[in-house]
Amino acid sequence: MYIEVKNVSKDFKQHGQIFKALSDVSLDISKGEFLCLLGPSGCGKTTLLNAIAGFDKISSGSVKIDGQEVKGPSARNTTLFQNYGLLPWRTVQSNVELGLESRKLAKIEMHEISDKYINLVGLDAFKKNYPHQLSGGMQQRVAIARALAVDPEILFMDEPFGALDVITRANMQDEITRIWQEYKKTIIFVTHDIEEAVYLADRIVIMAPNPGRIKAVIKVSLGRGRDRDVKEFFNIRDNILDIFEMKNHDAIEYFL
Amino acid sequence: MKKTLSGAVGLIALLTIWQLAALKYNSVLFPGPYEVIKSWLDLFKDGSMTEHIKTSMLRFAIGYIVAAISGIVLGMFFGWFKKLWNFFNPVIQVMRPISPIAWIPFIVLWFGIGDIPAVVIIFLASFYPVLLSTIAAVGRVDKIYLKVAQNFALTRFETLTKIVLPASFPQISTGLHQAIGTGWVFLVAGEMIGSQSGLGFLIIDSRNNLRPDWLLAAILTIGIIGLLLDELIKWIEKQIYIKWGATEKHEG
Ligand SMILES: Nc1ncnc2c1ncn2[C@@H]1O[C@H](COP(=O)(O)OP(=O)(O)OP(=O)(O)O)[C@@H](O)[C@H]1O
Ligand SMILES: [Mg+2]
Repeated sequence: MYIEVKNVSKDFKQHGQIFKALSDVSLDISKGEFLCLLGPSGCGKTTLLNAIAGFDKISSGSVKIDGQEVKGPSARNTTLFQNYGLLPWRTVQSNVELGLESRKLAKIEMHEISDKYINLVGLDAFKKNYPHQLSGGMQQRVAIARALAVDPEILFMDEPFGALDVITRANMQDEITRIWQEYKKTIIFVTHDIEEAVYLADRIVIMAPNPGRIKAVIKVSLGRGRDRDVKEFFNIRDNILDIFEMKNHDAIEYFL
Repeated sequence: MKKTLSGAVGLIALLTIWQLAALKYNSVLFPGPYEVIKSWLDLFKDGSMTEHIKTSMLRFAIGYIVAAISGIVLGMFFGWFKKLWNFFNPVIQVMRPISPIAWIPFIVLWFGIGDIPAVVIIFLASFYPVLLSTIAAVGRVDKIYLKVAQNFALTRFETLTKIVLPASFPQISTGLHQAIGTGWVFLVAGEMIGSQSGLGFLIIDSRNNLRPDWLLAAILTIGIIGLLLDELIKWIEKQIYIKWGATEKHEG
């Protein structure tokens, strides 16, 4: 397997008590897969993403990418943060070039690469602008271009479209699908929007809180260029809703 | 526009009161604006004022720039290695409230007289605001930027120069602004010790020659240059804030 998550647990100390943000999570992800992590707030989606990306140390278990134990963030993968993480003192162009600067490329080569990805996200006219002069959707595009410019193998995305309006969000979903198909990246995408997950994912990992764990993994066998209002789409969505409702049954049983 | 107008009215009122007050006193004790401005222009005409201004500005620039650079470099260092700063913090907190003037006897002992005492005093006055604002700024750099640095595998040095320094620059510029004010204030004191030139020397010289008109001309010059310096750095600060996309400071 390309990415192997084995029996991963992550504890946080909160007020002297140990809190299990992740408990015994195991997951395999294949190369080129579009995987969504879905679940309510606090179920450990970000924690799991950070564990795979190498930003957080795990308490037990192991994470391997391409057979290599993950020990810290790697330049081969990039993370898109929820609030974009653009550098406000740099233009769009030099934001996109941030990850390229240490590669000892000639200026022209570097500009060629950044131009290509700025083009790809449709911001050619704005490459000399500063982030604060752009809308939220445009800023997220810059972040995507910056992430792609280093040609990563895996893209980690933590609720990347959470702050966008419905229409921009739908556009960005199409755009990321297109980019994913064209560049064959592995994408791990966190969301708490069920429809977004059904629209984007090859597989959906459904998580539950307290302790953070995987509740179910659903394969989405819809073709690409998905239609949001066909029966198959609704079926998968309803299926997921059912899985989330099981949580209530659990709770009822617990109280009985 | 309105602000300029109010300012002009205030200035005219001050000049009028000054002139009226001067009429009541002997001009050797308290010269009026007409005399002062006339002597001021004379000082420019014979070139001595320009010379004093040049000398003062040069000393100020050296003291200030050395303070700014060392304040930023040390501030980055201590801001980054917070644990080390905990050792030095009490020392700096004791040193900081000491007026640079208190060091004058030592400064003269160690550096003699001439240009250096003034430069050292300007340095002492400017250094602490820059150092402390830099340390605070580095501590307040948004964690997301550090994650971005990790994400793109920047080295420690690159993280400092490409991420931490620019991210903290708006706040550092506030320290630089404060420092230019205090530095300029202490220029006069610095130049009163054994200098043979500069605006501070002009003040001593005017006293020795019993020329209150020169004295006031020197004082006015110091005030005006201080104002211009402040306006200049305010403008620079504003450009930085605009470029960094922060709008919460200085919009007029
Ligand atoms: N640094 C930390 N220290 C202590 N507890 C933490 C820390 N980070 C996360 N947690 C806890 O771990 C749990 C999972 O957090 P996580 O951020 O992974 O949730 P999430 O699924 O991403 O939620 P959201 O959808 O709100 O982003 C939460 O209950 C949170 O309080
Ligand atoms: Mg999260």
